[in-house]
Amino acid sequence: MLVLSRKKDESIMIGDQIEIKILAVEGEQIKLGIVAPKTVKVHRSEVFEAIQAQNKEALSSTTNFLEKLKKK
Amino acid sequence: MEITTKFLGEVKIDEQDILTFEHGLLGLEEEKKFVLLPIDADLPLAILQSVERREIGFVVAYPFAFKKDYSFEISEDDLEQLHLEKEEDVLTYSIVTMKETFQDSTINLLAPLIINLDKKCGKQIVLQDSKSYPLRYPMQSLEGSAK
Repeated sequence: MLVLSRKKDESIMIGDQIEIKILAVEGEQIKLGIVAPKTVKVHRSEVFEAIQAQNKEALSSTTNFLEKLKKK
Repeated sequence: MEITTKFLGEVKIDEQDILTFEHGLLGLEEEKKFVLLPIDADLPLAILQSVERREIGFVVAYPFAFKKDYSFEISEDDLEQLHLEKEEDVLTYSIVTMKETFQDSTINLLAPLIINLDKKCGKQIVLQDSKSYPLRYPMQSLEGSAK
């Protein structure tokens, strides 16, 4: 992992189109500003982890559910 | 060909109907070949079944039947990956997390499955707005007329 130190209002470039800027540092929390082309999707990594977990939870669906639906 | 499915036993499928998910699903990146199977129920639901592994089968729901105003934009990147050109080729499904009762079950509106019916490929995309599109949207709010 590349480690860089940055101060408030400083930024880094990833490639020549993505800029990540430190907007504010408030205690434990850091506010980042991200400038990226529309085609680059930016998500909090928790979102991906939550979706992965949800997919796995969906897989453990009870298998007799079809019978239940038909009775409706 | 015949495949063994999680919910429906042995099912005969047409090889032409196999959908390729090039990147698999999130957390299941190895699973790339699926088929959509109808179910005999009076609800806008189907089964997304892996062709290769019996145990990988999902109940999927037609999301617009559960949330009428569900709408989102597909990024240019995703359009390109799915070779999508015409809106009528797009089929959207949401993965259902089935609980003991239908009322407790939820659908995933945050990461819908986008399928190109013409090119037989699909992808699970992630929407930007996780507030409007919850990961666990209650199914009980069946709103649409698709029922």
